[in-house]
Amino acid sequence: MSRSARIRLFWATAVVFAAVYTLACTGLPHFGTAVHPYGTRAVATSLRQRTANVVSSVNFDQRALDTLGEESILFASVLGTLVLLRRARDERVGPPQAGRVLPSTRLLGLVMVPITLLTGVYIVAHGQLSPGGGFQGGVILATGLHMAYVAADYRVLKRIRPLAVLDLADALGAGAFVALGFAGLIAGGAYLQNVLPLGTFGQLSSGGLVPLLNAAVGVEVGSGIIVLLASFLDQAVEVRPARNSGSGGGT
Amino acid sequence: MTMLPFLAAGWIFLAGVYGMVTSRDIIHAVGCLAVTQSSTYVLLLTVGYRRGGIAPYFTDTPLRTRTVDPVVQALALTDVVVGATVTALLLALAIQIRKRHGTVDPDALTGLKG
Amino acid sequence: MVPTTDLLPLAIAVPLLGAVVLVVVGRWLPRPAIDALVTVWAVLEVGCLAWLWLRTGDGHSVSWLGGWSPVRGESVGIVLVGDRIGVGLALLTGALVLAVVVYSWRYFDEPPEAHAGTFPALILLFEAGMVGFALTGDLFDAFVFFELMGAVAYALTGYRIEDPRPVQGALVFGVVNSLGAYCSLLGIGLVYARTGELGLAQIGVQLARHRPDVLLSAAFVLIVTGLLVKAAVVPLHFWLPDAHSVAPTPVCMLLSGVMVELGVYGTARVYWVVFSGPHGITHAHLRAVFVAAGVLTALVGAVMCWQQRHLKRLLAFSTVGHVGLFLAGTALLTPAATAGTALYVAAHAGVKAALFATTGVLLDRYGSVDEHGLYRRGRDLPFVGALFAVGGLGLAGLPPFGTALGKAVAEHAGEDEFPWLPAVFVLVSALTGGAVLRAATRIFAGAGPRPRDQYAGTETTGGGEEPEIRDPQRRVPVPMLVVPAVLLAAALAVGLLPGLGAALAHAARQFTDRTAYTTAAIHGHTVAPSTPVPDVGWSAEGVLLALASTVLAVLLAMAAVWGPALRSPAVGRATAVCDGVGRRVIVPLRRLHSGHLGDYVAWLAVGMAVLLVVMAV
Repeated sequence: MSRSARIRLFWATAVVFAAVYTLACTGLPHFGTAVHPYGTRAVATSLRQRTANVVSSVNFDQRALDTLGEESILFASVLGTLVLLRRARDERVGPPQAGRVLPSTRLLGLVMVPITLLTGVYIVAHGQLSPGGGFQGGVILATGLHMAYVAADYRVLKRIRPLAVLDLADALGAGAFVALGFAGLIAGGAYLQNVLPLGTFGQLSSGGLVPLLNAAVGVEVGSGIIVLLASFLDQAVEVRPARNSGSGGGT
Repeated sequence: MTMLPFLAAGWIFLAGVYGMVTSRDIIHAVGCLAVTQSSTYVLLLTVGYRRGGIAPYFTDTPLRTRTVDPVVQALALTDVVVGATVTALLLALAIQIRKRHGTVDPDALTGLKG
Repeated sequence: MVPTTDLLPLAIAVPLLGAVVLVVVGRWLPRPAIDALVTVWAVLEVGCLAWLWLRTGDGHSVSWLGGWSPVRGESVGIVLVGDRIGVGLALLTGALVLAVVVYSWRYFDEPPEAHAGTFPALILLFEAGMVGFALTGDLFDAFVFFELMGAVAYALTGYRIEDPRPVQGALVFGVVNSLGAYCSLLGIGLVYARTGELGLAQIGVQLARHRPDVLLSAAFVLIVTGLLVKAAVVPLHFWLPDAHSVAPTPVCMLLSGVMVELGVYGTARVYWVVFSGPHGITHAHLRAVFVAAGVLTALVGAVMCWQQRHLKRLLAFSTVGHVGLFLAGTALLTPAATAGTALYVAAHAGVKAALFATTGVLLDRYGSVDEHGLYRRGRDLPFVGALFAVGGLGLAGLPPFGTALGKAVAEHAGEDEFPWLPAVFVLVSALTGGAVLRAATRIFAGAGPRPRDQYAGTETTGGGEEPEIRDPQRRVPVPMLVVPAVLLAAALAVGLLPGLGAALAHAARQFTDRTAYTTAAIHGHTVAPSTPVPDVGWSAEGVLLALASTVLAVLLAMAAVWGPALRSPAVGRATAVCDGVGRRVIVPLRRLHSGHLGDYVAWLAVGMAVLLVVMAV
């Protein structure tokens, strides 16, 4: 199909979609409606489960299977990226070059790396109380480490990034989520049931299983994203074609 | 216009699809896919909005405060993770396409036809 | 003893845990130990699902995750619901994964460094996604598992990164399927806005309280768009041949055998439970639209299948053709047609996986899957040739293969309403089976003159593929021969075991009863379906139609192989007519399969727009 034919086809369908979608929206409850049956139940349940952050209660207690599926997608994507960005038979690895960085950038990085890592741990640990949780905190942890790449160079990042351990941690985090689900079965309840003591509302130890699942997700996301980015960075910095096929690199 | 936020979601969706249809670069196309996906965030959060509602957590607010729907927020979070990881996979494929085909232009990828 | 309610989540958790174990221990274990471990795990999962199948019986198994059973009909949790159609599909997935795992024992001698367990781990994650999708009773959870099987499938399709084609096919697969999934999510958002629920049964109950309007039909179309993309319904099918023809052979067995069929299953489940209630989408409306879509898909798939010389692409298009038949069968909306389709899907999975498995042998021996390039070269592999030919006959519907039984039951169920439907079933089976027989005759018997190239445009030939094993040995590994033989035997068994047909007849009655599902999911008790149990068995008419399609397939194959060698005016005239039709119809159709990402996205939008219009009026 030619480019112009394709665009004409798109416009025809876009008009249809826009018309039907707009008509459909007239049938929706108005914006800001007070009727949210599931939402109302979820808030009440969260308070009963002594989890101050309702979104965490939904994600790790009421609809924990969704999160299990989601973490499995992340786990699968990390494995998939490792497979897709593995070194091909016709590629070799060269040493990364030293980068030149302004002293002020270096100093700022040095200060920010521990602060960012600490923030990440805080966000993971307080997932049941305040906005945040395993995923958000895990992402902060992973980005914090990569500040070393910005503030120094790839060789420094490689030194502070124990990939083999992180790789293992990613798998163990995913495994811990699956395994924690069995706690409910062992206690005579259902899979993924929140059977731990619920603690006091508003305390760090509240929410029963929620903080533990949060921690598992935090470990998985933090290490998974580092491993994921490592595959991409290797492509950009280290991998070179051995013979002359394409010009290599994905930057 | 109480319908406007819903319509915005549809608009973003179409914008993303238009980008993919006309794309001359697969990395751009993957970006447009992310745009399309963000229409689902907008729709979900719009659906969950409750007039006068605050963010659904009760660390320092009275327990009877009206909140927005927390379920759609949880769904949106799941959706974000799914989108981010799938994008990573697609970009990894884009890198390999660049290496193996020497191009990222969909018009030049002619390996699979008929 | 494990209670039935625990078996449902276990069926998802077991493969997930297996994937983690394989990744962790895979770095220290030698290859045979990894193969043994993953095989044990696949057996464990099959056992778990078989047990679930037995326990489910003719009712529903229901499990509320996290113990959030409904209070006064309301719950905040996710429910898994298994009836014998859903559990049966999960069991089929498990069995096929086991076959794939055994088949891959001697496959892929080049896993990523220090990550030897990655490939089997991805297979287990794929299994978890498909099983979860088959068992979930929650709309958003279905989206999550849909994306899990999608993400794993993209990575597995692009596994052979040294070859340019797999990475391209995988990217197209990923973008088109993700776009479809986001359409589904938009639909889920609209449904949630109207009903404030996410459970299939709960949404169905709430929707029945509203008048039917555009919102209802638009939400339905958006939700099923993603599922129909997965099911490769024309014109949302373009990704499938590109992905299935380039994925590693074991992965193709899973993609064609069961993943695509799950798209049809999801569409049917969503319609029956959510949208078929009072004030919903009427049976007549859905039947008209989806039988038409199924027939169009079946015809396009069959015609394109016949045109291919790239063997895996040929098999991929035959999947498109058969999925069209499955969609048409399911859309007849009767218990008998559903039971027939279920039998057809089970037998087709065995036959199609066996065909891909034997094609894998060719790929490894000769580094090619090109029908023309392999002409006469397979004569030293008579056993492989026999398997391939039997697979072709199974695809064409030779009695007593399960494909013939399923086809016969579905045809019989549809012929009152659509008298021409049996003709479509016969034609599609004959064209797809005939294409396989044609290739088998040329490659393994070396019959007929050397095939000549006919298609004017560029095409995917299948020559010069990267072999999947680096060092092709003199002998074909035993598992690569045993697995297809067992799969074909299983497809035969589907047609011969009377107990299976009876079980699926009961299952189909449950599947097509909205009240039974809703009552089981929300209130936890059983209601006997009101419809009678359909008769699922061999009939004289069915056997005759099956024989007709087989004979037609053989005739088509013979005409293609020996026709060019004949010198007579009649043959000349027939060839001229064929060429004329080819120029006007087939060449443009083939040009549409351009491999271009933008085209495929545009076609997806077209398919969705057409559905939006026809479902809204």
